[in-house]
Amino acid sequence: MSTATAGAGGIGWVLADSWTMTRRELAHWARQPVQVVVGLVFPVMLLLMFNYLVGGGRGVEGDNTEFLVPGMLALTMAFGLEGTMLAVTQDLGKGVVDRFRSMPMVSGAVLVGRSAADMLQSVAALAVMTGVGFALGWRWHNGPAAALAGLGLLLLLRFAMLWVGIHLAMVAGRPEMVQAVQILVWPVGFLSNVFASPESMPGWLGTVVEWNPMSATATAVRGLFGNPGGATGSWAAEHAELLAVLWPVALIAVFLPLAVRRFVRLSH
Amino acid sequence: MSDAIVVEGVHKRYGQKRALDGLDLTVRGGTVHGVLGPNGAGKTTVVRILSTLLRHDGGRAEVAGFDVRTEAAEVRRRIGLLGQHAAVDEELGGRQNLEMFGRLHHLGARRAGVRADELLERFGLADTGRKAVKRYSGGMRRRLDLAASLITEPEVLFLDEPTTGLDPRGRAEVWSAVRSLAAGGTTILLTTQYLEEADQLADRISVVDGGRVIAEGTADRLKAMVGGDRIDVVVRDAGRLADAARLLGEGATADADRRLLSAPAPDRMAALTRTVRALEEAGIEAEDIAVRRPTLDEVFLALTGPGDGVEAAMNTAVAV
Repeated sequence: MSTATAGAGGIGWVLADSWTMTRRELAHWARQPVQVVVGLVFPVMLLLMFNYLVGGGRGVEGDNTEFLVPGMLALTMAFGLEGTMLAVTQDLGKGVVDRFRSMPMVSGAVLVGRSAADMLQSVAALAVMTGVGFALGWRWHNGPAAALAGLGLLLLLRFAMLWVGIHLAMVAGRPEMVQAVQILVWPVGFLSNVFASPESMPGWLGTVVEWNPMSATATAVRGLFGNPGGATGSWAAEHAELLAVLWPVALIAVFLPLAVRRFVRLSH
Repeated sequence: MSDAIVVEGVHKRYGQKRALDGLDLTVRGGTVHGVLGPNGAGKTTVVRILSTLLRHDGGRAEVAGFDVRTEAAEVRRRIGLLGQHAAVDEELGGRQNLEMFGRLHHLGARRAGVRADELLERFGLADTGRKAVKRYSGGMRRRLDLAASLITEPEVLFLDEPTTGLDPRGRAEVWSAVRSLAAGGTTILLTTQYLEEADQLADRISVVDGGRVIAEGTADRLKAMVGGDRIDVVVRDAGRLADAARLLGEGATADADRRLLSAPAPDRMAALTRTVRALEEAGIEAEDIAVRRPTLDEVFLALTGPGDGVEAAMNTAVAV
């Protein structure tokens, strides 16, 4: 039977194995629909909470909801890091990864499956969030091309956080360690312009906030959607679109190879 | 048949700890080889190195004629691995698991499906194929795990403590599967803490301690190494145990709870007659007297010496 495993090879197997691993993640969803729904509802809950209860948009001219929605989209993409980390640590803790690694498959396909599933989940999350945003009165004002560019930047941020998450998960190793990272994710998430304009903060803090990768994405997306809160006059704000591309690309360039290398060499 | 596994002077360190310290192992094709040792002896490390999950620091390791470090892909096409923990996706069903592994073995979608059904049938899991594996019993999970190791009918199968944590029925199921695979010509490397398991299943046994093989051979040969046959006496009156022990002479051991004495009996029948007569003269009543080959537990104790080895062997004796 081993003849069946010979031959072919190359890019064909990379695609075939990646597809098999993506199917595995989709099969998990089909078996746990509640978990999928909870994952989609949580950011919506945050959006509603900040829209109605906390009253974001501190120090911003214009409509609060118009300011908040693009920021929440960026926050949701960045917080996807946690979901990725949790999924990876849980998976690595199981014996099934040992089986994958002792098989003649393309070993990186395990990570491709993870990233494909997380990206699909993020597309769904964006669809739900923008739908709710529309219901709240938020709009994109600059036409479909700019809107798509904005969504593209959001997914690029998610893709970067995905690989950061995969790498951190392997460094952390155990699901318990993810909690430590989760605690750090929140201040990093709030040290941004998602909820408040950097202009409303002390000078040094405003600068830190503006250089946060998530702020760059939020500012760029606000500009592309024609939502308020984009311009603060600083260099980082003026070049938000450039930063919204450079930051994620830099993170991917560092963490994707690190993650793949670590996975291939993984040894307990 | 040629050698299916060759391990020569393999070293592996984890930081300061030497997990393997120049381990040697040769397994002939088509045989079952037992690797017996206490926890921490290096059994799992050997299996992980041979199944390409772990890289060794020094020495030579070959499986099915391929170097596990430089020809890992070739090795992976020819092996199956049953690790200590179930290596299946617990969220998915049994059939979903086997089909997925078949695809990852590059059988193609159709053949992966056919193979999955064959294996479910063969391991008596056909009606449970759709149920999530986490709802399986321990024995069922182990059988599915074994089925997953056999997708491509591997030349060499690694079983790392395959029955640890199973109830007697689950253990019997795994044993019978191993026997039928061995009968079919699969080379099997089996690690175990259960001496009985190695005795039952393995053609040859390597006793491992401290990352090294401290004895190797057939179960009979290992038993002979400890010094031949023994005589066991169960005394009716526990109070006479010490008296009886004196009669049995040098090297006698006593187990007070079971009122059992055991002593070397190199001359077998002569020792039996001598003992019966001596007990009779001393007026000590025996419930049972028998001459027997030494057990692997005794081999183990004798070889691994005091310390962890003894404790592990005692635990094993209880577990068996």
